[in-house]
Amino acid sequence: MTKLIIILLSAVFINNYVLSRFLGICPFLGVSKKLDSATGMSLAVIFVMLMATAATWPIQTYLLDPNGLGYLQTIVFILVIAALVQLVEIVLKRYMPSLHKSLGVYLPLITTNCAVLGVTILNIDEGYTFPEAMVNSLGSGLGFFLAMVMFSGVRSVLEASDVPKSFRGLPITLTAAAIVSLSFLGFGGVIENLFA
Amino acid sequence: MEAILTAVIPVVIIGVICAAILVIASKVMAVKEDERFPAVRECLPGANCGACGYAGCDGYAKALCESENVPTNLCIPGADSTAKQLSEILGVEFADVAEQVAVVHCAGDCRHTQDKVTYFGIESCAAAKLTYGGKGSCTYGCLGFGDCANICPQDAICVADGVARIYPHHCIGCGMCVKACPNHLISLVADTDRAVVACSNKDKGSQTRKVCSNGCIGCKKCEKVCPLGAITVSENVAVIDCGKCAQCPDFGVCAKNCATGAIGTFSVS
Repeated sequence: MTKLIIILLSAVFINNYVLSRFLGICPFLGVSKKLDSATGMSLAVIFVMLMATAATWPIQTYLLDPNGLGYLQTIVFILVIAALVQLVEIVLKRYMPSLHKSLGVYLPLITTNCAVLGVTILNIDEGYTFPEAMVNSLGSGLGFFLAMVMFSGVRSVLEASDVPKSFRGLPITLTAAAIVSLSFLGFGGVIENLFA
Repeated sequence: MEAILTAVIPVVIIGVICAAILVIASKVMAVKEDERFPAVRECLPGANCGACGYAGCDGYAKALCESENVPTNLCIPGADSTAKQLSEILGVEFADVAEQVAVVHCAGDCRHTQDKVTYFGIESCAAAKLTYGGKGSCTYGCLGFGDCANICPQDAICVADGVARIYPHHCIGCGMCVKACPNHLISLVADTDRAVVACSNKDKGSQTRKVCSNGCIGCKKCEKVCPLGAITVSENVAVIDCGKCAQCPDFGVCAKNCATGAIGTFSVS
Protein backbone atom coordinates (compact mmCIF):
# COMPACT_ATOMS: atom_id res chain seq x y z
CA MET A 1 0.00 0.00 0.00
CA THR A 2 2.82 2.38 0.91
CA LYS A 3 4.41 1.68 -2.44
CA LEU A 4 1.19 2.61 -4.26
CA ILE A 5 0.99 5.90 -2.36
CA ILE A 6 4.63 6.64 -3.14
CA ILE A 7 4.00 5.90 -6.83
CA LEU A 8 0.92 8.12 -6.86
CA LEU A 9 2.51 11.07 -5.08
CA SER A 10 5.76 10.90 -6.99
CA ALA A 11 3.84 10.77 -10.28
CA VAL A 12 1.87 13.85 -9.30
CA PHE A 13 4.65 15.99 -7.84
CA ILE A 14 8.19 14.76 -8.45
CA ASN A 15 7.96 13.18 -11.86
CA ASN A 16 5.22 15.52 -13.02
CA TYR A 17 4.82 14.76 -16.70
CA VAL A 18 4.64 18.35 -17.84
CA LEU A 19 6.84 20.19 -15.39
CA SER A 20 9.58 17.64 -14.71
CA ARG A 21 9.58 15.23 -17.63
CA PHE A 22 8.54 17.86 -20.21
CA LEU A 23 6.08 15.59 -21.97
CA GLY A 24 2.75 16.90 -23.24
CA ILE A 25 4.00 20.47 -23.61
CA CYS A 26 1.78 21.09 -26.64
CA PRO A 27 -1.57 20.95 -24.79
CA PHE A 28 0.11 22.56 -21.76
CA LEU A 29 0.84 25.69 -23.79
CA GLY A 30 -2.04 25.42 -26.21
CA VAL A 31 -5.09 24.77 -24.05
CA SER A 32 -4.11 26.47 -20.79
CA LYS A 33 -5.46 29.88 -21.71
CA LYS A 34 -8.77 29.42 -19.91
CA LEU A 35 -9.53 27.46 -16.78
CA ASP A 36 -12.52 25.57 -18.15
CA SER A 37 -10.78 24.34 -21.28
CA ALA A 38 -7.71 23.43 -19.20
CA THR A 39 -9.92 21.39 -16.88
CA GLY A 40 -11.67 19.66 -19.78
CA MET A 41 -8.39 18.78 -21.43
CA SER A 42 -6.90 17.46 -18.18
CA LEU A 43 -9.92 15.28 -17.43
CA ALA A 44 -9.67 13.85 -20.94
CA VAL A 45 -5.96 13.16 -20.38
CA ILE A 46 -6.60 11.37 -17.05
CA PHE A 47 -9.31 9.30 -18.71
CA VAL A 48 -7.20 8.37 -21.74
CA MET A 49 -4.08 7.61 -19.65
CA LEU A 50 -6.04 5.14 -17.53
CA MET A 51 -7.70 3.53 -20.56
CA ALA A 52 -4.42 3.33 -22.45
CA THR A 53 -2.59 1.70 -19.55
CA ALA A 54 -5.41 -0.77 -19.04
CA ALA A 55 -5.10 -1.76 -22.69
CA THR A 56 -1.35 -1.65 -23.29
CA TRP A 57 -0.04 -3.28 -20.11
CA PRO A 58 -1.72 -6.65 -20.88
CA ILE A 59 -0.62 -6.43 -24.52
CA GLN A 60 3.01 -5.95 -23.51
CA THR A 61 2.95 -8.58 -20.77
CA TYR A 62 0.92 -11.32 -22.38
CA LEU A 63 1.47 -10.77 -26.10
CA LEU A 64 4.72 -8.97 -26.91
CA ASP A 65 7.09 -10.16 -24.16
CA PRO A 66 6.38 -13.93 -24.36
CA ASN A 67 6.93 -13.84 -28.12
CA GLY A 68 10.09 -11.77 -27.96
CA LEU A 69 8.44 -8.87 -29.77
CA GLY A 70 9.29 -6.21 -27.17
CA TYR A 71 10.86 -4.04 -29.86
CA LEU A 72 7.41 -3.52 -31.42
CA GLN A 73 6.30 -1.73 -28.25
CA THR A 74 6.16 1.82 -29.58
CA ILE A 75 4.32 1.17 -32.83
CA VAL A 76 1.84 -1.26 -31.27
CA PHE A 77 1.12 1.11 -28.40
CA ILE A 78 0.48 4.04 -30.74
CA LEU A 79 -1.82 1.89 -32.84
CA VAL A 80 -3.77 0.57 -29.87
CA ILE A 81 -4.07 3.95 -28.13
CA ALA A 82 -5.27 5.70 -31.28
CA ALA A 83 -7.88 3.02 -31.96
CA LEU A 84 -8.93 2.97 -28.31
CA VAL A 85 -9.50 6.71 -28.13
CA GLN A 86 -11.53 6.63 -31.32
CA LEU A 87 -13.63 3.82 -29.89
CA VAL A 88 -14.12 5.68 -26.62
CA GLU A 89 -15.21 8.75 -28.56
CA ILE A 90 -17.82 6.76 -30.50
CA VAL A 91 -19.12 5.15 -27.31
CA LEU A 92 -19.29 8.47 -25.48
CA LYS A 93 -21.10 10.16 -28.36
CA ARG A 94 -23.73 7.45 -28.33
CA TYR A 95 -24.30 6.85 -24.64
CA MET A 96 -23.01 9.90 -22.78
CA PRO A 97 -23.59 12.97 -24.99
CA SER A 98 -23.04 15.41 -22.13
CA LEU A 99 -19.62 13.92 -21.30
CA HIS A 100 -18.82 13.83 -25.00
CA LYS A 101 -19.67 17.50 -25.23
CA SER A 102 -17.24 18.45 -22.49
CA LEU A 103 -14.40 16.07 -23.42
CA GLY A 104 -15.20 15.58 -27.10
CA VAL A 105 -13.00 18.23 -28.67
CA TYR A 106 -9.99 17.22 -26.59
CA LEU A 107 -10.14 13.46 -27.14
CA PRO A 108 -8.83 13.42 -30.74
CA LEU A 109 -6.15 15.91 -29.71
CA ILE A 110 -4.59 13.51 -27.23
CA THR A 111 -4.73 10.30 -29.25
CA THR A 112 -1.13 10.78 -30.26
CA ASN A 113 0.00 12.85 -27.31
CA CYS A 114 3.46 11.96 -26.09
CA ALA A 115 2.41 12.20 -22.43
CA VAL A 116 -0.06 9.34 -22.95
CA LEU A 117 2.44 7.22 -24.86
CA GLY A 118 5.10 8.15 -22.30
CA VAL A 119 2.98 6.88 -19.39
CA THR A 120 2.34 3.52 -21.03
CA ILE A 121 5.97 2.96 -21.99
CA LEU A 122 7.37 4.14 -18.64
CA ASN A 123 4.95 1.81 -16.84
CA ILE A 124 6.62 -1.09 -18.64
CA ASP A 125 10.17 0.25 -18.20
CA GLU A 126 9.70 0.69 -14.46
CA GLY A 127 8.56 -2.93 -14.21
CA TYR A 128 5.26 -2.04 -12.51
CA THR A 129 2.59 -4.65 -11.83
CA PHE A 130 -0.87 -3.95 -13.25
CA PRO A 131 -2.28 -2.14 -10.15
CA GLU A 132 0.92 -0.15 -9.82
CA ALA A 133 0.76 0.80 -13.48
CA MET A 134 -2.82 1.98 -13.11
CA VAL A 135 -1.96 4.03 -10.02
CA ASN A 136 1.00 5.56 -11.84
CA SER A 137 -1.26 6.50 -14.77
CA LEU A 138 -3.79 8.06 -12.42
CA GLY A 139 -1.01 10.01 -10.70
CA SER A 140 0.43 11.16 -14.01
CA GLY A 141 -3.00 12.31 -15.13
CA LEU A 142 -3.56 14.16 -11.85
CA GLY A 143 -0.12 15.74 -12.20
CA PHE A 144 -1.07 16.92 -15.68
CA PHE A 145 -4.32 18.28 -14.26
CA LEU A 146 -2.44 20.11 -11.50
CA ALA A 147 0.04 21.63 -13.94
CA MET A 148 -2.72 22.73 -16.34
CA VAL A 149 -4.90 24.32 -13.66
CA MET A 150 -1.94 26.07 -12.04
CA PHE A 151 -0.67 27.37 -15.33
CA SER A 152 -4.08 28.57 -16.49
CA GLY A 153 -4.17 30.61 -13.27
CA VAL A 154 -0.76 32.06 -14.06
CA ARG A 155 -1.87 32.87 -17.59
CA SER A 156 -5.05 34.61 -16.49
CA VAL A 157 -2.89 36.86 -14.31
CA LEU A 158 -0.53 37.44 -17.25
CA GLU A 159 -3.50 38.41 -19.38
CA ALA A 160 -4.37 41.27 -17.04
CA SER A 161 -0.83 42.55 -16.58
CA ASP A 162 1.06 45.08 -18.61
CA VAL A 163 3.66 42.95 -20.41
CA PRO A 164 6.49 44.67 -22.34
CA LYS A 165 5.67 44.63 -26.02
CA SER A 166 8.53 42.36 -27.09
CA PHE A 167 7.53 39.78 -24.46
CA ARG A 168 3.84 39.57 -25.36
CA GLY A 169 2.37 36.24 -26.43
CA LEU A 170 4.58 33.18 -26.53
CA PRO A 171 7.76 34.59 -24.94
CA ILE A 172 6.12 35.56 -21.67
CA THR A 173 4.15 32.28 -21.67
CA LEU A 174 7.32 30.21 -22.03
CA THR A 175 9.09 32.28 -19.37
CA ALA A 176 6.19 31.75 -16.98
CA ALA A 177 6.15 28.03 -17.79
CA ALA A 178 9.85 27.82 -16.97
CA ILE A 179 9.33 29.49 -13.59
CA VAL A 180 6.38 27.23 -12.73
CA SER A 181 8.47 24.21 -13.75
CA LEU A 182 11.37 25.44 -11.61
CA SER A 183 9.08 25.57 -8.59
CA PHE A 184 8.25 21.88 -9.06
CA LEU A 185 11.92 20.91 -8.88
CA GLY A 186 11.64 21.77 -5.19
CA PHE A 187 9.65 18.56 -4.65
CA GLY A 188 12.67 16.41 -5.58
CA GLY A 189 13.55 13.97 -2.80
CA VAL A 190 10.55 14.85 -0.64
CA ILE A 191 8.52 11.65 -1.05
CA GLU A 192 11.35 9.16 -0.40
CA ASN A 193 11.98 10.77 2.96
CA LEU A 194 8.28 11.12 3.77
CA PHE A 195 7.90 7.38 4.33
CA ALA A 196 11.43 6.60 5.46
CA MET B 1 12.69 -12.68 -44.22
CA GLU B 2 11.23 -14.55 -41.31
CA ALA B 3 12.37 -11.85 -38.90
CA ILE B 4 10.47 -9.25 -40.91
CA LEU B 5 7.34 -11.38 -41.03
CA THR B 6 7.33 -12.01 -37.27
CA ALA B 7 7.36 -8.26 -36.78
CA VAL B 8 4.93 -7.27 -39.52
CA ILE B 9 2.30 -9.94 -39.01
CA PRO B 10 1.43 -9.16 -35.35
CA VAL B 11 1.22 -5.42 -36.10
CA VAL B 12 -1.00 -6.06 -39.11
CA ILE B 13 -3.21 -8.40 -37.11
CA ILE B 14 -3.56 -5.87 -34.28
CA GLY B 15 -4.25 -3.12 -36.82
CA VAL B 16 -6.93 -5.17 -38.58
CA ILE B 17 -8.57 -6.09 -35.28
CA CYS B 18 -8.64 -2.42 -34.21
CA ALA B 19 -10.03 -1.38 -37.59
CA ALA B 20 -12.72 -4.06 -37.45
CA ILE B 21 -13.77 -2.99 -33.96
CA LEU B 22 -13.92 0.67 -35.01
CA VAL B 23 -15.94 -0.07 -38.14
CA ILE B 24 -18.42 -2.18 -36.21
CA ALA B 25 -18.64 0.38 -33.42
CA SER B 26 -19.22 3.29 -35.77
CA LYS B 27 -21.97 1.34 -37.56
CA VAL B 28 -23.68 0.05 -34.44
CA MET B 29 -23.40 3.21 -32.43
CA ALA B 30 -23.90 5.76 -35.16
CA VAL B 31 -25.62 8.93 -33.97
CA LYS B 32 -28.10 10.36 -36.41
CA GLU B 33 -27.38 13.96 -37.28
CA ASP B 34 -30.02 16.15 -38.77
CA GLU B 35 -29.17 16.32 -42.47
CA ARG B 36 -30.42 19.90 -42.61
CA PHE B 37 -27.86 21.03 -40.03
CA PRO B 38 -24.91 21.63 -42.42
CA ALA B 39 -27.15 23.57 -44.82
CA VAL B 40 -28.58 25.68 -42.03
CA ARG B 41 -25.16 26.33 -40.55
CA GLU B 42 -23.88 27.34 -44.00
CA CYS B 43 -26.51 30.11 -44.23
CA LEU B 44 -25.49 31.75 -40.98
CA PRO B 45 -22.71 34.32 -41.16
CA GLY B 46 -20.46 32.60 -38.61
CA ALA B 47 -19.70 35.71 -36.59
CA ASN B 48 -20.67 33.82 -33.39
CA CYS B 49 -21.87 37.12 -31.97
CA GLY B 50 -24.75 35.73 -29.91
CA ALA B 51 -27.26 38.35 -31.03
CA CYS B 52 -29.77 35.54 -31.65
CA GLY B 53 -29.62 34.54 -28.01
CA TYR B 54 -27.96 31.17 -28.65
CA ALA B 55 -24.37 30.09 -28.03
CA GLY B 56 -22.89 31.04 -31.38
CA CYS B 57 -24.00 30.13 -34.90
CA ASP B 58 -23.72 26.38 -34.23
CA GLY B 59 -26.10 26.69 -31.30
CA TYR B 60 -28.66 28.63 -33.32
CA ALA B 61 -28.42 26.19 -36.24
CA LYS B 62 -28.95 23.27 -33.87
CA ALA B 63 -31.94 24.94 -32.23
CA LEU B 64 -33.44 25.68 -35.67
CA CYS B 65 -33.12 22.03 -36.73
CA GLU B 66 -34.53 20.66 -33.51
CA SER B 67 -37.58 22.81 -33.10
CA GLU B 68 -40.11 24.26 -35.52
CA ASN B 69 -40.93 27.05 -33.12
CA VAL B 70 -37.54 28.77 -33.23
CA PRO B 71 -37.97 31.88 -35.38
CA THR B 72 -35.74 32.18 -38.45
CA ASN B 73 -35.37 35.94 -38.15
CA LEU B 74 -33.17 36.05 -35.06
CA CYS B 75 -29.90 36.50 -36.95
CA ILE B 76 -29.43 40.26 -37.00
CA PRO B 77 -26.02 40.36 -38.78
CA GLY B 78 -27.36 38.10 -41.55
CA ALA B 79 -30.50 40.25 -41.94
CA ASP B 80 -33.27 39.49 -44.41
CA SER B 81 -31.25 37.38 -46.86
CA THR B 82 -30.22 34.89 -44.18
CA ALA B 83 -33.73 34.71 -42.77
CA LYS B 84 -35.07 34.03 -46.27
CA GLN B 85 -32.58 31.22 -46.90
CA LEU B 86 -33.27 29.67 -43.52
CA SER B 87 -37.01 29.77 -44.11
CA GLU B 88 -36.55 28.04 -47.48
CA ILE B 89 -34.44 25.23 -46.04
CA LEU B 90 -36.66 24.64 -43.05
CA GLY B 91 -39.93 25.21 -44.92
CA VAL B 92 -41.34 27.76 -42.52
CA GLU B 93 -42.83 31.17 -43.09
CA PHE B 94 -40.37 34.00 -43.63
CA ALA B 95 -40.56 36.93 -41.27
CA ASP B 96 -38.77 40.22 -41.64
CA VAL B 97 -35.66 40.79 -39.56
CA ALA B 98 -35.71 43.93 -37.49
CA GLU B 99 -32.28 45.33 -38.36
CA GLN B 100 -30.59 47.09 -35.54
CA VAL B 101 -27.62 49.36 -35.20
CA ALA B 102 -25.61 50.35 -32.19
CA VAL B 103 -25.56 53.98 -31.05
CA VAL B 104 -23.29 55.67 -28.52
CA HIS B 105 -24.98 57.76 -25.86
CA CYS B 106 -22.11 60.15 -25.34
CA ALA B 107 -20.81 63.09 -27.34
CA GLY B 108 -18.30 64.40 -24.84
CA ASP B 109 -15.33 64.71 -27.15
CA CYS B 110 -12.21 66.72 -26.37
CA ARG B 111 -13.82 69.98 -27.53
CA HIS B 112 -16.70 69.73 -25.08
CA THR B 113 -15.21 68.15 -21.99
CA GLN B 114 -11.83 67.92 -20.28
CA ASP B 115 -9.70 65.35 -18.58
CA LYS B 116 -9.61 65.64 -14.81
CA VAL B 117 -6.44 63.54 -14.40
CA THR B 118 -3.65 62.16 -16.54
CA TYR B 119 -4.06 58.41 -16.77
CA PHE B 120 -1.09 56.04 -16.86
CA GLY B 121 -2.14 52.44 -16.91
CA ILE B 122 -3.56 49.61 -18.91
CA GLU B 123 -5.05 50.95 -22.11
CA SER B 124 -8.54 49.60 -21.68
CA CYS B 125 -11.86 51.16 -20.68
CA ALA B 126 -12.57 48.42 -18.13
CA ALA B 127 -9.26 49.12 -16.37
CA ALA B 128 -9.57 52.89 -16.56
CA LYS B 129 -13.08 52.70 -15.13
CA LEU B 130 -11.65 51.19 -11.95
CA THR B 131 -9.54 54.26 -11.20
CA TYR B 132 -12.00 56.95 -10.09
CA GLY B 133 -14.35 56.31 -13.00
CA GLY B 134 -11.83 57.11 -15.73
CA LYS B 135 -9.72 60.08 -16.63
CA GLY B 136 -12.48 62.32 -18.01
CA SER B 137 -14.25 64.83 -15.81
CA CYS B 138 -17.60 63.16 -16.64
CA THR B 139 -17.71 59.76 -14.98
CA TYR B 140 -20.74 58.69 -17.04
CA GLY B 141 -19.15 59.34 -20.41
CA CYS B 142 -17.07 57.50 -22.95
CA LEU B 143 -13.75 56.35 -21.47
CA GLY B 144 -12.13 56.56 -24.89
CA PHE B 145 -9.87 53.48 -24.86
CA GLY B 146 -11.98 51.67 -27.41
CA ASP B 147 -12.95 48.39 -25.73
CA CYS B 148 -15.96 48.52 -28.05
CA ALA B 149 -13.78 49.13 -31.11
CA ASN B 150 -11.52 46.21 -30.20
CA ILE B 151 -14.40 43.76 -29.91
CA CYS B 152 -16.28 44.95 -33.00
CA PRO B 153 -16.15 42.17 -35.63
CA GLN B 154 -16.80 44.65 -38.48
CA ASP B 155 -14.40 47.46 -37.55
CA ALA B 156 -17.44 49.70 -37.45
CA ILE B 157 -16.29 51.63 -34.40
CA CYS B 158 -13.46 54.10 -34.09
CA VAL B 159 -12.46 56.34 -31.23
CA ALA B 160 -12.12 59.93 -32.44
CA ASP B 161 -11.40 62.91 -30.18
CA GLY B 162 -11.87 60.67 -27.16
CA VAL B 163 -15.34 59.37 -28.01
CA ALA B 164 -16.33 56.13 -29.68
CA ARG B 165 -18.15 56.65 -32.97
CA ILE B 166 -20.08 54.01 -34.88
CA TYR B 167 -20.41 53.91 -38.67
CA PRO B 168 -24.05 52.89 -39.05
CA HIS B 169 -23.46 51.46 -42.54
CA HIS B 170 -20.81 49.05 -41.26
CA CYS B 171 -22.64 48.09 -38.07
CA ILE B 172 -24.35 44.68 -38.23
CA GLY B 173 -26.16 45.12 -34.92
CA CYS B 174 -24.57 42.14 -33.18
CA GLY B 175 -24.51 43.93 -29.83
CA MET B 176 -21.02 42.87 -28.77
CA CYS B 177 -20.01 46.47 -28.09
CA VAL B 178 -23.10 46.90 -25.89
CA LYS B 179 -21.72 44.24 -23.57
CA ALA B 180 -18.15 45.54 -23.81
CA CYS B 181 -18.79 49.13 -22.66
CA PRO B 182 -18.19 49.38 -18.91
CA ASN B 183 -20.27 52.58 -18.75
CA HIS B 184 -23.19 51.02 -20.67
CA LEU B 185 -23.16 53.87 -23.17
CA ILE B 186 -24.02 51.82 -26.24
CA SER B 187 -27.47 50.50 -27.06
CA LEU B 188 -29.10 48.85 -30.04
CA VAL B 189 -31.87 50.73 -31.82
CA ALA B 190 -33.97 49.90 -34.86
CA ASP B 191 -32.25 50.90 -38.09
CA THR B 192 -34.78 53.57 -39.08
CA ASP B 193 -34.84 57.35 -39.02
CA ARG B 194 -33.87 58.11 -35.49
CA ALA B 195 -32.97 60.75 -32.97
CA VAL B 196 -30.42 59.77 -30.36
CA VAL B 197 -29.63 61.38 -27.05
CA ALA B 198 -25.86 61.52 -27.01
CA CYS B 199 -25.50 61.80 -23.25
CA SER B 200 -25.86 59.48 -20.28
CA ASN B 201 -25.02 61.85 -17.47
CA LYS B 202 -27.49 61.35 -14.62
CA ASP B 203 -26.28 64.29 -12.54
CA LYS B 204 -28.29 67.49 -12.14
CA GLY B 205 -28.18 69.94 -15.04
CA SER B 206 -25.79 72.39 -13.40
CA GLN B 207 -23.37 69.59 -12.52
CA THR B 208 -23.56 68.14 -16.04
CA ARG B 209 -22.96 71.57 -17.53
CA LYS B 210 -19.77 71.96 -15.50
CA VAL B 211 -18.15 68.82 -16.88
CA CYS B 212 -19.41 68.80 -20.47
CA SER B 213 -20.86 71.49 -22.68
CA ASN B 214 -22.54 68.84 -24.84
CA GLY B 215 -24.38 67.06 -22.04
CA CYS B 216 -28.10 66.68 -21.47
CA ILE B 217 -29.12 68.99 -18.64
CA GLY B 218 -32.62 67.55 -18.32
CA CYS B 219 -34.40 70.80 -19.23
CA LYS B 220 -37.35 68.85 -20.74
CA LYS B 221 -37.59 71.15 -23.76
CA CYS B 222 -37.42 68.16 -26.10
CA GLU B 223 -40.18 66.48 -24.11
CA LYS B 224 -42.42 69.47 -24.86
CA VAL B 225 -41.62 69.88 -28.56
CA CYS B 226 -41.85 66.19 -29.51
CA PRO B 227 -45.12 65.82 -31.43
CA LEU B 228 -45.50 62.13 -30.53
CA GLY B 229 -44.47 62.20 -26.88
CA ALA B 230 -41.61 59.85 -27.65
CA ILE B 231 -39.18 61.61 -25.32
CA THR B 232 -39.21 61.40 -21.57
CA VAL B 233 -36.67 62.82 -19.15
CA SER B 234 -35.80 60.46 -16.35
CA GLU B 235 -32.89 60.79 -13.93
CA ASN B 236 -31.90 64.11 -15.52
CA VAL B 237 -31.33 62.64 -18.96
CA ALA B 238 -33.69 62.43 -21.94
CA VAL B 239 -34.68 58.99 -23.25
CA ILE B 240 -36.17 58.52 -26.71
CA ASP B 241 -38.61 55.75 -27.62
CA CYS B 242 -37.28 54.71 -31.03
CA GLY B 243 -40.45 52.92 -32.12
CA LYS B 244 -42.44 56.16 -31.89
CA CYS B 245 -39.58 58.31 -33.14
CA ALA B 246 -39.50 56.55 -36.53
CA GLN B 247 -43.02 57.81 -37.34
CA CYS B 248 -42.25 61.43 -36.46
CA PRO B 249 -44.01 63.94 -38.78
CA ASP B 250 -41.62 66.70 -37.81
CA PHE B 251 -38.39 64.70 -37.80
CA GLY B 252 -35.48 66.45 -36.13
CA VAL B 253 -37.46 69.03 -34.22
CA CYS B 254 -36.08 67.77 -30.92
CA ALA B 255 -32.48 68.13 -32.11
CA LYS B 256 -33.14 71.66 -33.36
CA ASN B 257 -34.61 72.69 -30.03
CA CYS B 258 -32.01 71.06 -27.81
CA ALA B 259 -30.30 73.72 -25.73
CA THR B 260 -26.97 71.94 -25.53
CA GLY B 261 -26.86 69.88 -28.72
CA ALA B 262 -27.13 66.62 -26.88
CA ILE B 263 -29.61 65.17 -29.39
CA GLY B 264 -28.41 64.00 -32.76
CA THR B 265 -30.45 62.72 -35.68
CA PHE B 266 -29.78 60.13 -38.33
CA SER B 267 -31.81 59.66 -41.46
CA VAL B 268 -31.64 56.32 -43.30
CA SER B 269 -32.38 57.74 -46.74
